[in-house]
Amino acid sequence: MADLAGGALSIAATLLAYALARRLAERTGSALVNPVLVAVAVLVAALRLLHVDYAAYDHGARWVGWLLGPAVVALGIPLAAQMDEIARRGRSILLSIVAGSAAGIAAAAGTAALLGGSRRVVLSLVPRAVTTPIALGIAERIGGIPSLSAALVIGTGVVGAVVGPVLLRALGITSRTAWGLAMGASSHGVGTARAAEEGEVEGASAGLAIGLMGVATALLAPVAAWVLEFAIGPR
Amino acid sequence: MRDVRSMLVCVKGAAAIGACLALGEAAARWLRLPLPGNLVGMLLMTAALRLRLLRMETVRPLGDWLLRNMALFFVPAGVGLMRYFGLLRAEWLPIVGGCVAGLLAVLLVVGPLQQRLEAGGAADG
Repeated sequence: MADLAGGALSIAATLLAYALARRLAERTGSALVNPVLVAVAVLVAALRLLHVDYAAYDHGARWVGWLLGPAVVALGIPLAAQMDEIARRGRSILLSIVAGSAAGIAAAAGTAALLGGSRRVVLSLVPRAVTTPIALGIAERIGGIPSLSAALVIGTGVVGAVVGPVLLRALGITSRTAWGLAMGASSHGVGTARAAEEGEVEGASAGLAIGLMGVATALLAPVAAWVLEFAIGPR
Repeated sequence: MRDVRSMLVCVKGAAAIGACLALGEAAARWLRLPLPGNLVGMLLMTAALRLRLLRMETVRPLGDWLLRNMALFFVPAGVGLMRYFGLLRAEWLPIVGGCVAGLLAVLLVVGPLQQRLEAGGAADG
């Protein structure tokens, strides 16, 4: 019974924090006030203040997270609606994503190694370039910490949802497919949620980018791990 | 009467989305695909709509609601970052540096490259 009440409470707290964060984002109109970022910050602060551990919170809140599955499936709807537009650009999309995947792995793992990261941290950063469920599998295979990789994917996505639109505007990106692809490829689910707010072409491109990025990184990650063996030595 | 009909659309939409998700999860597991089940479900949904096995009007209302609120569904996982505060404290520089470098690299490569290829590529695809 206490379990059930606690579960309902953490769901209610999650919805409340998100609703407040969303209202704040609308009120300020600032890219820095990302609803996910604000809601997460508020909830982490509240849990720490009240000495509630993550497991107790997650017990109820994971039902909110569970809706991510149907939401990802729903990305197939704009994708189907925009298919003709996307198919015409098929070759350029594949090329951009493969280049982006390679650049992302090299930059993340390379920078972490140069800054003195431990072996497990560097290897956990290799699959950071893909969406959470795929990252778990890749990290396990090459010797990183799976749950750290997953957490870093979300963390990067939250930062990307804030920084991405600002940077893309500064770069003069006007193509809606290029905008969506860049957001989905760099910031995954959180970036795709941001892109879906922008428009249907952006949302469809971002959803597609997650899938393609997942395949490209799954294929490139073992190569990256092999190169890192030489760079930072075997375990 | 209209209320009953719109409720029926939502129920049918939920059944269609649920079926794609379940089939996607099953296919990813049994065929050992390198993709998560929900992404396979997304591709199944796209295929079903393109092949007219499903009608756009059936899945639109619920689908739009899910997409509009997608950011909310990431909040619990985001709170999960608090489990790594210890490791983050010990190795924050390489972790944050690596994440930011990777993020910027992907944005800087994919956005401009795609836009340039589209501009130059009338013969694309």
